[in-house]
Amino acid sequence: MNRIDDLWDDRLFVTRARAVPIVSTIAGSATALLPMVAQTPALPPFGLLMLLGWRLLRPEMWQAWVALPLGLADDLIGGQPLGSAMALWTLCFLMLDIVDNRLVWRDYWVDWLVAAIAIIFCIWGGWSIARFTGGGGAIFTIGPQIAMSVFCFPAIVRICAALDHWRLSR
Amino acid sequence: MAPSRHRRRGFSRRVQYTLFAGYVVAVVGVVVAAALILIARFDPLAFSALRGLVLDAGAPVSAAGRSVVRGGETVSEEIGAYFNAAAQNRALRQELAVARRKLVAARAVQYENARLKRILHLTDNGRPPVAVARLIGSDAAGHRRFATLSAGSSSGVRPGLPVRGADGLIGRIFETGRFASRVLLLTDGGSTVPVRVARSGQPALAIGRGDGGLDLRALASGGRPFQKGDLVVTSGTGGIYAPNLPVAVVVNVDRELAVARPVADPARLDFAIVDPVFQIPLPPPSDPLHRDAP
Repeated sequence: MNRIDDLWDDRLFVTRARAVPIVSTIAGSATALLPMVAQTPALPPFGLLMLLGWRLLRPEMWQAWVALPLGLADDLIGGQPLGSAMALWTLCFLMLDIVDNRLVWRDYWVDWLVAAIAIIFCIWGGWSIARFTGGGGAIFTIGPQIAMSVFCFPAIVRICAALDHWRLSR
Repeated sequence: MAPSRHRRRGFSRRVQYTLFAGYVVAVVGVVVAAALILIARFDPLAFSALRGLVLDAGAPVSAAGRSVVRGGETVSEEIGAYFNAAAQNRALRQELAVARRKLVAARAVQYENARLKRILHLTDNGRPPVAVARLIGSDAAGHRRFATLSAGSSSGVRPGLPVRGADGLIGRIFETGRFASRVLLLTDGGSTVPVRVARSGQPALAIGRGDGGLDLRALASGGRPFQKGDLVVTSGTGGIYAPNLPVAVVVNVDRELAVARPVADPARLDFAIVDPVFQIPLPPPSDPLHRDAP
Protein backbone atom coordinates (compact mmCIF):
# COMPACT_ATOMS: atom_id res chain seq x y z
CA MET A 1 0.00 0.00 0.00
CA ASN A 2 2.76 2.33 1.01
CA ARG A 3 4.73 1.54 -2.11
CA ILE A 4 1.77 2.37 -4.34
CA ASP A 5 1.37 5.66 -2.53
CA ASP A 6 5.04 6.40 -3.05
CA LEU A 7 4.80 5.55 -6.72
CA TRP A 8 1.79 7.83 -7.07
CA ASP A 9 3.64 10.62 -5.27
CA ASP A 10 6.62 10.18 -7.57
CA ARG A 11 4.47 10.40 -10.64
CA LEU A 12 2.71 13.51 -9.33
CA PHE A 13 6.04 15.10 -8.47
CA VAL A 14 7.48 14.49 -11.95
CA THR A 15 4.33 15.79 -13.64
CA ARG A 16 4.36 18.94 -11.56
CA ALA A 17 8.06 19.52 -12.13
CA ARG A 18 7.53 19.24 -15.90
CA ALA A 19 4.25 21.13 -16.13
CA VAL A 20 4.94 24.21 -14.00
CA PRO A 21 7.32 25.94 -16.44
CA ILE A 22 5.08 25.20 -19.43
CA VAL A 23 1.86 26.25 -17.70
CA SER A 24 3.42 29.43 -16.31
CA THR A 25 4.71 30.42 -19.77
CA ILE A 26 1.28 29.88 -21.32
CA ALA A 27 -0.23 31.86 -18.43
CA GLY A 28 2.18 34.66 -19.38
CA SER A 29 0.87 34.54 -22.96
CA ALA A 30 -2.68 34.57 -21.61
CA THR A 31 -2.23 38.12 -20.30
CA ALA A 32 -3.47 38.93 -23.81
CA LEU A 33 -6.93 38.02 -22.49
CA LEU A 34 -6.93 40.88 -19.96
CA PRO A 35 -10.04 42.99 -20.39
CA MET A 36 -8.46 46.13 -21.80
CA VAL A 37 -8.39 47.56 -25.30
CA ALA A 38 -4.97 49.07 -25.91
CA GLN A 39 -4.24 51.68 -28.60
CA THR A 40 -0.47 51.07 -28.51
CA PRO A 41 1.54 48.06 -27.33
CA ALA A 42 0.86 48.85 -23.67
CA LEU A 43 2.03 45.70 -21.88
CA PRO A 44 5.29 43.74 -22.14
CA PRO A 45 4.98 40.33 -23.81
CA PHE A 46 4.77 38.31 -20.59
CA GLY A 47 4.83 34.96 -22.41
CA LEU A 48 8.22 35.78 -23.89
CA LEU A 49 9.53 37.10 -20.56
CA MET A 50 8.48 33.90 -18.72
CA LEU A 51 10.06 31.79 -21.45
CA LEU A 52 13.38 33.65 -21.23
CA GLY A 53 13.21 33.60 -17.43
CA TRP A 54 12.93 29.80 -17.36
CA ARG A 55 15.50 29.35 -20.11
CA LEU A 56 18.14 31.42 -18.30
CA LEU A 57 17.31 29.96 -14.89
CA ARG A 58 17.37 26.30 -16.01
CA PRO A 59 19.38 26.09 -19.25
CA GLU A 60 19.36 22.28 -19.21
CA MET A 61 15.61 21.89 -18.77
CA TRP A 62 14.34 22.60 -22.30
CA GLN A 63 15.65 21.72 -25.71
CA ALA A 64 15.37 24.34 -28.43
CA TRP A 65 12.29 22.80 -30.07
CA VAL A 66 10.17 23.38 -26.92
CA ALA A 67 9.84 27.01 -28.03
CA LEU A 68 7.86 25.88 -31.09
CA PRO A 69 4.64 24.71 -29.35
CA LEU A 70 4.89 27.46 -26.74
CA GLY A 71 5.24 30.05 -29.53
CA LEU A 72 2.27 28.53 -31.34
CA ALA A 73 0.19 28.88 -28.16
CA ASP A 74 1.28 32.52 -27.84
CA ASP A 75 0.35 33.24 -31.48
CA LEU A 76 -3.06 31.63 -31.10
CA ILE A 77 -3.95 33.34 -27.82
CA GLY A 78 -2.67 36.77 -28.84
CA GLY A 79 -3.96 36.70 -32.42
CA GLN A 80 -0.66 37.42 -34.15
CA PRO A 81 -0.12 35.73 -37.52
CA LEU A 82 0.61 32.03 -36.91
CA GLY A 83 4.33 31.33 -36.95
CA SER A 84 5.49 34.71 -35.67
CA ALA A 85 6.29 33.80 -32.06
CA MET A 86 7.04 30.22 -33.18
CA ALA A 87 9.88 31.37 -35.39
CA LEU A 88 11.19 34.18 -33.17
CA TRP A 89 11.19 32.23 -29.90
CA THR A 90 12.86 29.18 -31.46
CA LEU A 91 15.51 31.37 -33.09
CA CYS A 92 16.08 32.91 -29.65
CA PHE A 93 16.58 29.48 -28.10
CA LEU A 94 19.02 28.45 -30.83
CA MET A 95 21.00 31.66 -30.31
CA LEU A 96 20.96 31.17 -26.53
CA ASP A 97 22.42 27.67 -27.05
CA ILE A 98 25.28 29.20 -29.04
CA VAL A 99 25.76 31.86 -26.35
CA ASP A 100 25.85 29.16 -23.64
CA ASN A 101 28.69 27.41 -25.45
CA ARG A 102 30.70 30.54 -26.23
CA LEU A 103 30.31 32.85 -23.25
CA VAL A 104 32.88 32.20 -20.52
CA TRP A 105 31.70 34.50 -17.76
CA ARG A 106 28.11 34.44 -16.64
CA ASP A 107 26.58 36.47 -13.84
CA TYR A 108 23.35 38.33 -13.10
CA TRP A 109 24.20 41.33 -15.30
CA VAL A 110 25.36 39.25 -18.24
CA ASP A 111 22.15 37.24 -18.08
CA TRP A 112 20.11 40.44 -18.03
CA LEU A 113 22.04 41.77 -21.02
CA VAL A 114 21.50 38.52 -22.95
CA ALA A 115 17.78 38.62 -22.06
CA ALA A 116 17.57 42.28 -23.14
CA ILE A 117 19.06 41.45 -26.54
CA ALA A 118 16.63 38.54 -26.92
CA ILE A 119 13.69 40.79 -25.93
CA ILE A 120 14.68 43.50 -28.40
CA PHE A 121 15.10 40.89 -31.14
CA CYS A 122 11.68 39.33 -30.46
CA ILE A 123 9.72 42.60 -30.15
CA TRP A 124 11.37 44.08 -33.22
CA GLY A 125 10.80 40.80 -35.07
CA GLY A 126 7.16 40.71 -34.02
CA TRP A 127 6.74 44.28 -35.24
CA SER A 128 8.34 43.50 -38.60
CA ILE A 129 6.16 40.42 -39.07
CA ALA A 130 3.06 42.49 -38.21
CA ARG A 131 4.14 45.03 -40.85
CA PHE A 132 4.87 42.26 -43.35
CA THR A 133 1.43 40.74 -42.90
CA GLY A 134 -0.29 44.06 -43.48
CA GLY A 135 -0.79 46.08 -40.32
CA GLY A 136 0.78 47.40 -37.16
CA GLY A 137 2.11 50.88 -36.57
CA ALA A 138 5.17 53.09 -36.69
CA ILE A 139 8.45 51.79 -35.27
CA PHE A 140 8.51 54.27 -32.39
CA THR A 141 5.52 52.54 -30.81
CA ILE A 142 7.71 49.57 -29.81
CA GLY A 143 10.32 51.68 -27.95
CA PRO A 144 8.34 52.04 -24.70
CA GLN A 145 7.37 48.37 -24.86
CA ILE A 146 11.01 47.29 -25.18
CA ALA A 147 12.03 49.49 -22.23
CA MET A 148 9.13 48.17 -20.12
CA SER A 149 9.99 44.56 -20.94
CA VAL A 150 13.69 44.90 -20.20
CA PHE A 151 12.99 46.49 -16.81
CA CYS A 152 10.28 43.94 -16.01
CA PHE A 153 12.63 41.04 -16.66
CA PRO A 154 14.32 40.82 -13.22
CA ALA A 155 10.91 40.64 -11.55
CA ILE A 156 9.87 37.87 -13.93
CA VAL A 157 13.05 35.94 -13.11
CA ARG A 158 12.12 36.24 -9.42
CA ILE A 159 8.70 34.75 -10.18
CA CYS A 160 10.34 31.92 -12.15
CA ALA A 161 12.74 31.25 -9.26
CA ALA A 162 9.89 31.10 -6.74
CA LEU A 163 7.94 28.73 -9.00
CA ASP A 164 11.09 26.67 -9.50
CA HIS A 165 11.53 26.36 -5.75
CA TRP A 166 7.94 25.22 -5.35
CA ARG A 167 7.95 22.74 -8.24
CA LEU A 168 11.08 20.96 -6.96
CA SER A 169 10.04 20.81 -3.28
CA ARG A 170 8.41 17.68 -1.88
CA MET B 1 31.44 33.38 -11.65
CA ALA B 2 32.97 30.61 -13.68
CA PRO B 3 30.61 28.93 -16.09
CA SER B 4 28.98 25.66 -15.32
CA ARG B 5 28.78 23.34 -18.28
CA HIS B 6 25.10 23.67 -18.98
CA ARG B 7 24.68 20.81 -21.37
CA ARG B 8 26.87 17.92 -20.40
CA ARG B 9 27.00 15.96 -23.57
CA GLY B 10 28.95 13.01 -22.15
CA PHE B 11 30.01 10.14 -24.35
CA SER B 12 26.68 8.41 -24.73
CA ARG B 13 25.67 8.06 -28.36
CA ARG B 14 22.02 8.08 -27.42
CA VAL B 15 22.20 11.40 -25.58
CA GLN B 16 24.08 12.97 -28.47
CA TYR B 17 21.58 11.71 -31.03
CA THR B 18 18.67 13.04 -28.96
CA LEU B 19 20.30 16.45 -28.72
CA PHE B 20 20.98 16.50 -32.44
CA ALA B 21 17.41 15.44 -33.24
CA GLY B 22 16.17 18.28 -31.02
CA TYR B 23 18.12 20.81 -33.09
CA VAL B 24 16.87 19.33 -36.34
CA VAL B 25 13.27 19.61 -35.11
CA ALA B 26 13.87 23.22 -34.01
CA VAL B 27 15.39 24.29 -37.35
CA VAL B 28 12.68 22.55 -39.36
CA GLY B 29 10.12 24.21 -37.06
CA VAL B 30 11.55 27.67 -37.79
CA VAL B 31 11.31 27.00 -41.54
CA VAL B 32 7.70 25.83 -41.15
CA ALA B 33 6.91 28.93 -39.05
CA ALA B 34 8.39 31.17 -41.76
CA ALA B 35 6.16 29.42 -44.29
CA LEU B 36 3.15 30.05 -42.02
CA ILE B 37 4.02 33.76 -41.89
CA LEU B 38 4.15 33.85 -45.70
CA ILE B 39 0.73 32.18 -45.81
CA ALA B 40 -0.58 34.77 -43.32
CA ARG B 41 0.60 37.53 -45.66
CA PHE B 42 -1.19 36.23 -48.70
CA ASP B 43 -4.24 34.71 -47.01
CA PRO B 44 -4.98 36.43 -43.67
CA LEU B 45 -7.95 34.13 -43.08
CA ALA B 46 -5.93 30.89 -43.29
CA PHE B 47 -6.38 28.53 -40.33
CA SER B 48 -9.41 30.56 -39.26
CA ALA B 49 -11.06 27.45 -37.78
CA LEU B 50 -8.17 26.88 -35.36
CA ARG B 51 -7.79 30.57 -34.58
CA GLY B 52 -11.53 30.94 -34.04
CA LEU B 53 -11.52 28.00 -31.63
CA VAL B 54 -8.86 29.61 -29.42
CA LEU B 55 -10.64 32.96 -29.70
CA ASP B 56 -13.84 31.33 -28.41
CA ALA B 57 -11.97 29.64 -25.56
CA GLY B 58 -10.40 32.92 -24.41
CA ALA B 59 -13.48 35.12 -24.68
CA PRO B 60 -15.20 33.99 -21.44
CA VAL B 61 -12.02 34.82 -19.49
CA SER B 62 -11.93 38.36 -20.86
CA ALA B 63 -15.67 38.78 -20.43
CA ALA B 64 -15.47 37.74 -16.76
CA GLY B 65 -12.58 40.12 -16.05
CA ARG B 66 -14.35 42.87 -17.94
CA SER B 67 -17.09 43.31 -15.32
CA VAL B 68 -14.46 43.91 -12.64
CA VAL B 69 -12.70 46.56 -14.71
CA ARG B 70 -15.98 48.25 -15.59
CA GLY B 71 -17.00 48.23 -11.93
CA GLY B 72 -13.76 49.90 -10.84
CA GLU B 73 -14.05 52.48 -13.59
CA THR B 74 -17.60 53.50 -12.70
CA VAL B 75 -16.77 53.81 -8.98
CA SER B 76 -13.96 56.29 -9.67
CA GLU B 77 -16.16 58.16 -12.14
CA GLU B 78 -18.98 58.44 -9.63
CA ILE B 79 -16.69 59.75 -6.89
CA GLY B 80 -15.41 62.37 -9.34
CA ALA B 81 -18.97 63.32 -10.31
CA TYR B 82 -19.88 63.86 -6.65
CA PHE B 83 -17.11 66.39 -6.16
CA ASN B 84 -17.83 68.21 -9.44
CA ALA B 85 -21.60 68.21 -8.97
CA ALA B 86 -22.19 71.98 -8.71
CA ALA B 87 -19.94 73.06 -11.56
CA GLN B 88 -21.18 70.21 -13.72
CA ASN B 89 -24.79 71.15 -13.03
CA ARG B 90 -24.26 74.74 -14.22
CA ALA B 91 -22.42 73.62 -17.33
CA LEU B 92 -25.05 71.03 -18.17
CA ARG B 93 -27.91 73.55 -17.78
CA GLN B 94 -26.23 75.89 -20.26
CA GLU B 95 -25.60 73.00 -22.65
CA LEU B 96 -29.20 71.87 -22.33
CA ALA B 97 -30.53 75.31 -23.25
CA VAL B 98 -28.34 75.39 -26.36
CA ALA B 99 -29.20 71.79 -27.23
CA ARG B 100 -32.96 72.48 -27.03
CA ARG B 101 -32.75 75.25 -29.57
CA LYS B 102 -30.62 73.07 -31.84
CA LEU B 103 -33.03 70.17 -31.45
CA VAL B 104 -35.91 72.24 -32.76
CA ALA B 105 -33.83 73.29 -35.75
CA ALA B 106 -32.73 69.68 -36.31
CA ARG B 107 -36.35 68.46 -36.31
CA ALA B 108 -37.19 70.93 -39.04
CA VAL B 109 -34.15 69.85 -41.06
CA GLN B 110 -34.99 66.18 -40.54
CA TYR B 111 -38.50 66.74 -41.85
CA GLU B 112 -37.24 68.61 -44.87
CA ASN B 113 -34.64 65.92 -45.47
CA ALA B 114 -37.25 63.17 -45.44
CA ARG B 115 -39.43 65.19 -47.80
CA LEU B 116 -36.58 65.77 -50.27
CA LYS B 117 -35.60 62.10 -50.14
CA ARG B 118 -39.17 61.13 -50.91
CA ILE B 119 -39.12 63.46 -53.89
CA LEU B 120 -35.85 61.92 -55.13
CA HIS B 121 -37.08 58.35 -54.46
CA LEU B 122 -34.02 57.67 -52.33
CA THR B 123 -34.53 54.84 -49.90
CA ASP B 124 -32.79 55.02 -46.58
CA ASN B 125 -30.32 52.23 -45.85
CA GLY B 126 -32.21 51.42 -42.69
CA ARG B 127 -31.35 47.76 -42.37
CA PRO B 128 -31.19 46.37 -38.83
CA PRO B 129 -27.75 45.64 -37.35
CA VAL B 130 -26.31 42.13 -37.57
CA ALA B 131 -25.38 41.97 -33.90
CA VAL B 132 -24.95 44.14 -30.82
CA ALA B 133 -22.22 42.94 -28.47
CA ARG B 134 -19.57 44.14 -26.06
CA LEU B 135 -15.91 44.74 -26.72
CA ILE B 136 -14.22 42.55 -24.12
CA GLY B 137 -10.49 42.93 -24.63
CA SER B 138 -7.44 43.07 -26.88
CA ASP B 139 -3.89 41.77 -26.99
CA ALA B 140 -2.23 44.67 -25.21
CA ALA B 141 1.26 43.32 -25.98
CA GLY B 142 0.63 42.73 -29.70
CA HIS B 143 1.60 44.97 -32.58
CA ARG B 144 -1.71 44.82 -34.42
CA ARG B 145 -4.62 46.85 -33.05
CA PHE B 146 -7.28 44.21 -32.62
CA ALA B 147 -10.11 44.16 -30.11
CA THR B 148 -12.18 41.14 -29.14
CA LEU B 149 -15.93 41.33 -29.59
CA SER B 150 -18.29 38.98 -27.74
CA ALA B 151 -20.27 37.90 -30.80
CA GLY B 152 -19.23 35.45 -33.47
CA SER B 153 -20.42 33.57 -36.51
CA SER B 154 -23.31 32.08 -34.52
CA SER B 155 -24.88 35.57 -34.44
CA GLY B 156 -24.20 36.17 -38.11
CA VAL B 157 -20.93 38.11 -37.75
CA ARG B 158 -18.67 37.65 -40.78
CA PRO B 159 -15.18 38.96 -41.61
CA GLY B 160 -15.38 42.39 -43.28
CA LEU B 161 -18.52 43.72 -41.59
CA PRO B 162 -18.26 47.29 -40.25
CA VAL B 163 -18.37 47.83 -36.47
CA ARG B 164 -19.50 51.07 -34.84
CA GLY B 165 -19.97 52.29 -31.31
CA ALA B 166 -22.44 54.78 -29.92
CA ASP B 167 -20.11 57.68 -30.82
CA GLY B 168 -18.85 56.58 -34.21
CA LEU B 169 -17.00 54.05 -36.30
CA ILE B 170 -14.76 51.55 -34.46
CA GLY B 171 -13.45 49.32 -37.26
CA ARG B 172 -14.34 46.16 -39.09
CA ILE B 173 -14.45 42.44 -38.31
CA PHE B 174 -11.14 40.71 -39.08
CA GLU B 175 -11.83 37.11 -38.14
CA THR B 176 -14.54 35.24 -36.30
CA GLY B 177 -14.97 32.34 -33.93
CA ARG B 178 -18.39 30.94 -33.12
CA PHE B 179 -19.00 33.12 -30.06
CA ALA B 180 -16.35 35.81 -30.37
CA SER B 181 -14.62 37.75 -33.12
CA ARG B 182 -11.63 40.01 -33.66
CA VAL B 183 -12.23 43.61 -34.69
CA LEU B 184 -9.56 45.42 -36.71
CA LEU B 185 -9.63 48.88 -35.11
CA LEU B 186 -9.49 52.06 -37.23
CA THR B 187 -6.11 52.86 -35.69
CA ASP B 188 -4.36 49.73 -37.01
CA GLY B 189 -1.92 50.30 -39.84
CA GLY B 190 -3.91 47.86 -41.98
CA SER B 191 -7.13 49.87 -41.82
CA THR B 192 -8.11 52.43 -44.48
CA VAL B 193 -11.50 54.15 -44.46
CA PRO B 194 -12.83 56.52 -47.14
CA VAL B 195 -14.00 59.68 -45.35
CA ARG B 196 -14.98 63.25 -46.06
CA VAL B 197 -14.62 66.40 -44.03
CA ALA B 198 -18.03 67.19 -42.58
CA ARG B 199 -17.44 70.98 -42.94
CA SER B 200 -16.46 71.08 -46.60
CA GLY B 201 -17.30 67.68 -48.05
CA GLN B 202 -13.65 67.29 -49.12
CA PRO B 203 -12.97 63.55 -49.71
CA ALA B 204 -10.03 61.91 -47.94
CA LEU B 205 -8.65 58.61 -46.72
CA ALA B 206 -8.20 57.80 -43.02
CA ILE B 207 -5.32 55.39 -42.47
CA GLY B 208 -4.42 53.97 -39.05
CA ARG B 209 -1.10 54.99 -37.49
CA GLY B 210 -0.84 52.21 -34.91
CA ASP B 211 -0.40 54.69 -32.04
CA GLY B 212 -4.04 55.57 -31.40
CA GLY B 213 -4.26 58.16 -34.18
CA LEU B 214 -5.25 58.31 -37.84
CA ASP B 215 -3.48 59.83 -40.84
CA LEU B 216 -5.80 61.79 -43.10
CA ARG B 217 -4.83 62.14 -46.76
CA ALA B 218 -6.83 64.46 -48.98
CA LEU B 219 -7.85 62.95 -52.30
CA ALA B 220 -7.97 66.30 -54.10
CA SER B 221 -4.76 68.36 -54.12
CA GLY B 222 -4.43 72.06 -53.45
CA GLY B 223 -5.87 74.35 -50.84
CA ARG B 224 -6.00 73.60 -47.17
CA PRO B 225 -8.35 70.66 -46.93
CA PHE B 226 -8.16 70.22 -43.15
CA GLN B 227 -8.49 72.54 -40.20
CA LYS B 228 -7.83 71.75 -36.60
CA GLY B 229 -11.06 70.54 -34.97
CA ASP B 230 -12.65 69.33 -38.21
CA LEU B 231 -14.93 66.32 -37.89
CA VAL B 232 -14.48 63.67 -40.56
CA VAL B 233 -17.28 61.22 -41.33
CA THR B 234 -17.45 58.15 -43.54
CA SER B 235 -18.21 58.99 -47.15
CA GLY B 236 -19.74 55.64 -48.11
CA THR B 237 -17.51 55.57 -51.21
CA GLY B 238 -16.83 52.01 -52.33
CA GLY B 239 -19.41 50.53 -50.00
CA ILE B 240 -18.78 48.55 -46.77
CA TYR B 241 -18.98 51.56 -44.43
CA ALA B 242 -22.31 53.39 -44.51
CA PRO B 243 -21.99 57.15 -45.09
CA ASN B 244 -22.11 59.85 -42.39
CA LEU B 245 -20.77 57.83 -39.46
CA PRO B 246 -18.48 60.04 -37.34
CA VAL B 247 -14.88 58.79 -37.62
CA ALA B 248 -12.38 61.23 -36.14
CA VAL B 249 -11.54 64.79 -35.17
CA VAL B 250 -8.51 66.53 -36.68
CA VAL B 251 -5.91 67.39 -34.03
CA ASN B 252 -2.87 68.35 -36.09
CA VAL B 253 -2.54 69.71 -39.63
CA ASP B 254 0.52 69.60 -41.85
CA ARG B 255 -0.50 71.04 -45.25
CA GLU B 256 -2.38 68.26 -47.10
CA LEU B 257 -1.84 65.71 -44.36
CA ALA B 258 -3.51 65.72 -40.99
CA VAL B 259 -3.48 63.62 -37.85
CA ALA B 260 -6.85 62.84 -36.33
CA ARG B 261 -8.10 61.13 -33.21
CA PRO B 262 -10.96 58.62 -33.47
CA VAL B 263 -14.29 59.78 -32.06
CA ALA B 264 -15.27 56.36 -30.68
CA ASP B 265 -13.03 55.16 -27.88
CA PRO B 266 -12.93 51.33 -27.87
CA ALA B 267 -10.96 51.42 -24.60
CA ARG B 268 -14.22 52.10 -22.74
CA LEU B 269 -15.20 48.47 -23.42
CA ASP B 270 -18.71 49.48 -24.31
CA PHE B 271 -21.31 48.08 -26.63
CA ALA B 272 -20.46 47.82 -30.30
CA ILE B 273 -22.86 47.38 -33.19
CA VAL B 274 -22.01 45.14 -36.14
CA ASP B 275 -23.70 46.48 -39.26
CA PRO B 276 -24.37 44.71 -42.54
CA VAL B 277 -22.11 45.67 -45.43
CA PHE B 278 -23.27 48.97 -46.94
CA GLN B 279 -24.07 48.63 -50.62
CA ILE B 280 -24.19 51.70 -52.77
CA PRO B 281 -27.71 51.98 -54.16
CA LEU B 282 -27.51 51.22 -57.86
CA PRO B 283 -28.92 53.71 -60.36
CA PRO B 284 -32.14 52.47 -61.94
CA PRO B 285 -31.32 50.34 -65.01
CA SER B 286 -31.61 52.24 -68.24
CA ASP B 287 -34.39 50.94 -70.41
CA PRO B 288 -33.16 50.05 -73.92
CA LEU B 289 -36.65 50.53 -75.34
CA HIS B 290 -36.94 54.12 -74.10
CA ARG B 291 -33.40 55.10 -75.06
CA ASP B 292 -34.15 55.08 -78.75
CA ALA B 293 -37.57 56.61 -78.36
CA PRO B 294 -37.81 60.31 -79.24
